[in-house]
Amino acid sequence: MNAALWALVVLPAVAGGTLLLGGRRVDRAAPALALTVAALVAALAVAVALGRPGVDAPFLAGGRWGLAVDGLAALVVPTVAAVALLVLAYAAAEIHRDRSRFHGLMLVFLAAVLLTATATTLPVLLLGWEIMGAMSYALIAYHWRRDDAVAAGATAFLATRAGDLGLYLTAGAGLAGGTLDLTGLAGLPPGWRDVATVGVLAAGFGKAAQLPFSFWLSRAMLGPSPVSALLHSAAMVAMGGYLLVRLHPLLVATGWAVDVAAWGGALTALALGAVALAQTDLKQLLAASTSAQLGYVVLGAAVAPAGAVAHLIGHAATKALLFLAAGAWLTALGTRRLSALRGAGRRHPLVGVVFAVGALALAGVPPLALWATKDVVLAGARERSPALYLVGLAGALLAALYAGRALALVLRPVPSGAESGYDTERDGTREVTAGQRVPLMPLAVGAAVLGTLALPPLSRVVADAVGSGPAPPTGGAELVLSGLLAVAGVTLAVAAPARLPAPTWARTWLGLDPAARLLVVRPTLALARGLARFDDRVLDRAVHAVPRAALGAARGLARFDDAGLDRGVTALPTVTRRVAVALARVDDHGVDALVRRLARAARRLGVLARRPQTGLIHQYYVQLVLALGAAVLILLLAR
Amino acid sequence: MLSLIVFTPLVAAVLLLPWRGLPARAVSWIWIAVTGVEVAAVLALWWAYPGEGFAHEVDRPWIPGAGAGYHVGVDGLSLPLLALTTVVFAACAVYSLRRQRRPRQFAALFLALQTSCLGLFVALDLILFFVFFDLSIVGMYAVIAGWGHGPQARRSALTFFLYTFLGSLALLLGFIGLSVAARPHTFDMVALTRDPPTQGVAGALVLLAVLLGLAIKTPTFPFHTWLPPAHTDAPAAGSAVLAGILLKMGTYGFVRIAMPMLPDAWRRYAWAVVVVGVVSVLYGALVALAQTNFKRMVAYTSVNHMGYVVLAVGAAGLVAGSDAQARAVAVTGAVTQMVSHGLITSALFLLAGVLYDRGGTYQMDAYGGLAGDTPRFAALTAVAAFASLGLPGFSGFIAEFQIFAGSLGSAPVAVAFALPGVLITAALFLWALHRIFLGPARHRLSATADVTAAEIAAVLPLLALALLLGVFPRLLLDVVEPAARAVTDLVAR
Repeated sequence: MNAALWALVVLPAVAGGTLLLGGRRVDRAAPALALTVAALVAALAVAVALGRPGVDAPFLAGGRWGLAVDGLAALVVPTVAAVALLVLAYAAAEIHRDRSRFHGLMLVFLAAVLLTATATTLPVLLLGWEIMGAMSYALIAYHWRRDDAVAAGATAFLATRAGDLGLYLTAGAGLAGGTLDLTGLAGLPPGWRDVATVGVLAAGFGKAAQLPFSFWLSRAMLGPSPVSALLHSAAMVAMGGYLLVRLHPLLVATGWAVDVAAWGGALTALALGAVALAQTDLKQLLAASTSAQLGYVVLGAAVAPAGAVAHLIGHAATKALLFLAAGAWLTALGTRRLSALRGAGRRHPLVGVVFAVGALALAGVPPLALWATKDVVLAGARERSPALYLVGLAGALLAALYAGRALALVLRPVPSGAESGYDTERDGTREVTAGQRVPLMPLAVGAAVLGTLALPPLSRVVADAVGSGPAPPTGGAELVLSGLLAVAGVTLAVAAPARLPAPTWARTWLGLDPAARLLVVRPTLALARGLARFDDRVLDRAVHAVPRAALGAARGLARFDDAGLDRGVTALPTVTRRVAVALARVDDHGVDALVRRLARAARRLGVLARRPQTGLIHQYYVQLVLALGAAVLILLLAR
Repeated sequence: MLSLIVFTPLVAAVLLLPWRGLPARAVSWIWIAVTGVEVAAVLALWWAYPGEGFAHEVDRPWIPGAGAGYHVGVDGLSLPLLALTTVVFAACAVYSLRRQRRPRQFAALFLALQTSCLGLFVALDLILFFVFFDLSIVGMYAVIAGWGHGPQARRSALTFFLYTFLGSLALLLGFIGLSVAARPHTFDMVALTRDPPTQGVAGALVLLAVLLGLAIKTPTFPFHTWLPPAHTDAPAAGSAVLAGILLKMGTYGFVRIAMPMLPDAWRRYAWAVVVVGVVSVLYGALVALAQTNFKRMVAYTSVNHMGYVVLAVGAAGLVAGSDAQARAVAVTGAVTQMVSHGLITSALFLLAGVLYDRGGTYQMDAYGGLAGDTPRFAALTAVAAFASLGLPGFSGFIAEFQIFAGSLGSAPVAVAFALPGVLITAALFLWALHRIFLGPARHRLSATADVTAAEIAAVLPLLALALLLGVFPRLLLDVVEPAARAVTDLVAR
């Protein structure tokens, strides 16, 4: 069974790596290989979910290589594997260019997600966590000829990595407190425990696209639809919520963290719900709704972990389905604009039907997936504080409204002249192939029935698996209330989709992207340029000023040498000669020859003294070294 | 055995130099063969290493009057760097299969340089260390001045020479201070480590001299200004050796000399080292972010990456109230970072050489959309960039994770300040990839050839090793960890 756990991670990683290394040569074989591997991974996922293995190997000092499938992972790992299989099946029908690159990246991504989900220590978690981010960069920037897609990938990577820095902080706090095991974090001494919690919250909020990180998800929509269906529904964003659920004991132990997570999640559900309602682009609507729905997962991670897991799983199926349906229309009709998609559901009825199932599930209409799951989370919120509950409920109403609005538009009759709105993004094929349709079916079934995870008797099984004590009981009245709210919201939206409010602040995602640019990117770039100038103009110049000054001093000395000393020396023979002449007069040429020899020697000395004063710095340098060497020698001999 | 490994390249160089008329091809293959044998020999050394303490020690009198001996040996700190040296030089040999001016002299110079680098890492005597330290400076000066490109090459080479030579003089001053304080006077590293000779003010002054010398070589802020011009004007192989090996001489000095021989002073002034480390991390990353020249950018990321090493060794000196195991993790991370940076940055500089060869400039804006013309070049550079920005799965992550996790306990504020460095590095590499390789084709190159087999053979092993160490770090850590623990204990005594 341990081998199955190793294989679960290693198989997609190696297969993905092989595809990436193979390049164009393996384009043809890529989809089949990826599907086979994904199917094997799904089988392995079920196997490890039943067998619950754990492996352990030495990795770093203090942080071992630990993987294990506990009750929580046993629920999430098969979900991720199943969604990945279906998305890859869909992608085989839609992606036709650079298939080895696409499928290779998807498989490596899958491996990273599975690693994240099964990690038991921080280094392993961080390993999977950051590879996920890097693969998301490469997948969002799949159309790398487009500058905006590349920038969107970079934004996603950088925004999530900003949160990831928190995990480094957590690891440091863990090591300082004596453990890098995820289960041990709750037992850290208070100060370090708080630091660890800050890090975990930052990382979780970043990946789950919670406020204020949500903007990266908006730009990530430039990636291919299958990428959104996997990364932005079941896998990457979901892992942000998953981390917080897994570390629920840490949040509880810290105390304040429960409130931060709960309110962060609830406010994201509310604000991004409003954002979703205002979108004019189907994928943008779905992206905002992902943030909002993950808000419930984060809220649940704080107050009702079992409900959070059920919601995460239900949302994975629902949102993957909706993204794939949106992708099917995008390839067929060449547009994602909601106004142009009017009647798209009737043109392609099967896609329309499954989209309707997904949208109703998203709205929280009973008995579909997200109705009961959201209610378990809201029940937990009510226990904590009534205000939290009301905010969550308002978010639920918004979900019903935006889901209903999308539904209303796509199910209307096709207006005349609809063709003119098509092909805004690319040339549509005007058909949805069987390969695209088939994977939608199981996802639609999932979106319909996964709500049972939050209802007895399955709810107890989930609660036991998550192991965070019994979930607060969901009252029948609340279930009915939220169901009625959802139905009312959808009805309202379907009746008058055009009258729904769409304020600018909501359409532009709360201005988060410009704010990040203004407050973070621009000051950083300005600082960087300023420092670069400082480096060139001040530091470098200062360094060069030192030899220049030395050179100047040397020249000055040389001049003094020529003008002062040397002249003195050269003057000496003249004086001497004069004296000699005088003496000669006196001494009858007796000592004259001797004096002349002396004068010649003095002149030669003068020439010699001039020789080292070359004005060339490296020669001065050598002299310095020689002098220093001599000093060392003297020091050594004289000690 | 050790001496044989150290001096074989020098012997090859001496044989090669007067051999006029030897075809360039043959020179290359001889060079590759020698470096290949070196790699194999160091691997054998690694295999035979007992796991702790010094191995293959040789101690012969050399200048007995001065207390200097020919004392060499390897341990868990030097062995990884020895292996790194042979690998990087082998990569340079393979890379230089492409045509090169004056190939015989070039190969001979690199072989001699290899001896000086290997010698430095095995030296267990301060004077021996100093001799190899200075020889490496002379060798690199010749590489930049003789084979550099650009009108500024000679000036850059001179700046490099004078600056680092000045640093080495400071280092020598510190060494003499250590020796004079020791009773009996000696330059032997093992003896000086056993009984750290200096105390009080003398210790502080000696540490200042040693730190200054090492800081210039590493380089840390504000002593780094020789680095960008030297890199920009050096030939690709020269840059690879400069960044990959020569910079490590500075950081190696921290763990080999400064920390174990001056524990008192190190503990007292560790905070200053930490500050210098943090400033280097942020400053290097930010200035790199502002560069438009690819090679200069990579050069500044070296300041950033070496800053992590300085931060870690500084944090390991903040003994009070921190956990010994965490500090050992920090030192392990520092040594891992030396190896990791050596592999990855050498690869990046070789790839920068390919870029210059194809486009004639390092200016990133002169390219754009190159991935369409040169997919393999783009893929290799992307992998190297992601490895350099510390992506898990590569050795850089293992290093940075341990540095951050290990240092946080003793220097929490410093680590919190240094962490954004990781993010800025990520941003600058993604931006660089975008500007050179992605987006619509913007360059005006008529014919762009993808990487050649020789270029792949030079770069790929470096990246493969970074990947190997990232996935199986035990291969390296089993050797480094005991030595790092020993250093941590030496500092704490």
